Amino acid sequence: MDDLYREVIIEHYKNPSYRGYLDPHDYAFADSNPLCGDHIEITLRVDENNRVSEAAFQGHGCAISQASADLLLESIIGKPLEEVKHLDKDYVLDLLGLDLGPVRLKCALLSLKVLKAGVYGLGEAPDSLVE
Amino acid sequence: MTFDVNQIRADFPVLQREVRPGVPVVYLDSTATAQKPLAVLQAMEEYYRRSNANIHRGVHTLAEEATALYEQAREKIARFINAPSSRQVIYTRNTTEAINLVAYSWARTHLSAGDLVILTEMEHHSNLVPWHMLAMERGIRLEFIPVTESGLLDLETYRQLLEQAPKLVAFTHMSNVLGTINPAEEIIRLAHQAGAVTLLDGAQSVPHFAVDVQALDVDFLAFSAHKMCGPTGIGVLYGKADLLEAMPPFLGGGDMIREVKLRAFKPNTLPHKFEAGTPAIAEAVGLGAACDYLTDVGMDAIAAHEHEITAYALERLEEIPGVKLFGPSAEHKGGVAAFTLEGVHPHDVAQILDQDGIAVRAGHHCAQPLHEKFHIPATSRASFYLYSTKEEVDKLVQGIYKVKKYFG
Repeated sequence: MDDLYREVIIEHYKNPSYRGYLDPHDYAFADSNPLCGDHIEITLRVDENNRVSEAAFQGHGCAISQASADLLLESIIGKPLEEVKHLDKDYVLDLLGLDLGPVRLKCALLSLKVLKAGVYGLGEAPDSLVE
Repeated sequence: MTFDVNQIRADFPVLQREVRPGVPVVYLDSTATAQKPLAVLQAMEEYYRRSNANIHRGVHTLAEEATALYEQAREKIARFINAPSSRQVIYTRNTTEAINLVAYSWARTHLSAGDLVILTEMEHHSNLVPWHMLAMERGIRLEFIPVTESGLLDLETYRQLLEQAPKLVAFTHMSNVLGTINPAEEIIRLAHQAGAVTLLDGAQSVPHFAVDVQALDVDFLAFSAHKMCGPTGIGVLYGKADLLEAMPPFLGGGDMIREVKLRAFKPNTLPHKFEAGTPAIAEAVGLGAACDYLTDVGMDAIAAHEHEITAYALERLEEIPGVKLFGPSAEHKGGVAAFTLEGVHPHDVAQILDQDGIAVRAGHHCAQPLHEKFHIPATSRASFYLYSTKEEVDKLVQGIYKVKKYFG
């Protein structure tokens, strides 16, 4: 349990490196977790090879949701979009170094859901994107 | 009987448990659902062990007993809210279903496009969404009594709204977030003067202080068993007899009919007209036992105890730097303390408190518009009941200091 608030999570929550909004951007999407009101909007820029060159998120929510957004964006810089499309739940949990219960899992996976919905160009972010 | 909180706590098995070895549960989430005393658990178990059968129509002994227990519980509930007759006590699944019953049966008979329904800004989603749905279907108009900065209803605006001749005023007796206890008697009196019918959401009031439907002169009252020491899965709609008599059935099926032909039916009399299908029998028995339990302890004693705990909690929480409390002062408030802690999301507050066994709720508590009004996505909420103690409040305060250390 103490692991849940490991220093790395508190650090990314309090001092995120990727907080912001890219204008202009190539991809953008926003969604909320209706249960707790967490909200995340992600904007991306890609280079000529379709690799992520810049990424930013804005929104509000608990330490888990915000830290996982920051860690996720940090991890995809330089990655081809095709690879981003196939990131899954375990990828985020590895980044966080956590094993989460069903309620907090939704917080942790909100940013991945938003990211994938944006990259796929979907009008919505179904849970199936991260299951 | 004198009020002894330790004696009361001994009646609640859950309160004896540890959430982890050496960490006793500190249950501060009774506004979401209350814990159940042994008397309720035993009444339900006894029903299943001894008398289980389907009710009504059966002539064998078990069916007779089950029917009697189910109907006796209805009488206990009627006494508990001082209803003139138990036929005005309709079993539903919960408060939400009770409100929906009014929205589907009464409102769809009496309201048409342009008719006004007055609600308040502090409603639970259960007293908002049924009216949104009706607004979409029928084009009724919704207006809201505003909530002031201090968490009270703005009755001056309410008086102005009443000049638009509303058909219905539906409002919560006590806010599940702010804890505000609304002046129901006055709101109802003014509504009646304007010719409106009234619906009171008693989910948070009936469990915590004496609610007398005749003294209030309320037309409909909705509440849930599970927030008043009873089981989940059962709630109540009380209504004035003439209104209920004139209303069409809500759900169709067995038990709600007097006579069925292949192509027609005649509805049953009250209260059965609104109770289609096999109901929650054991749960009704449990709710009856909960009414007995609360009556034995005494609703006035319960209200006084909760007031003392709440006043103490507000005082202690206010002392913590970074804590912001929502809602009015203790004198206008039931046992609820919703707060934010600067720089820390309520989810994280709740999660860290759980390390010490402290159960609080985090989120918008099914009152999203109210949170939007105060410009916050969510709050942490501690809530109190007859078994809450000052020691538990102290643990909460210590826990919040621990949260601050994590995020400091």
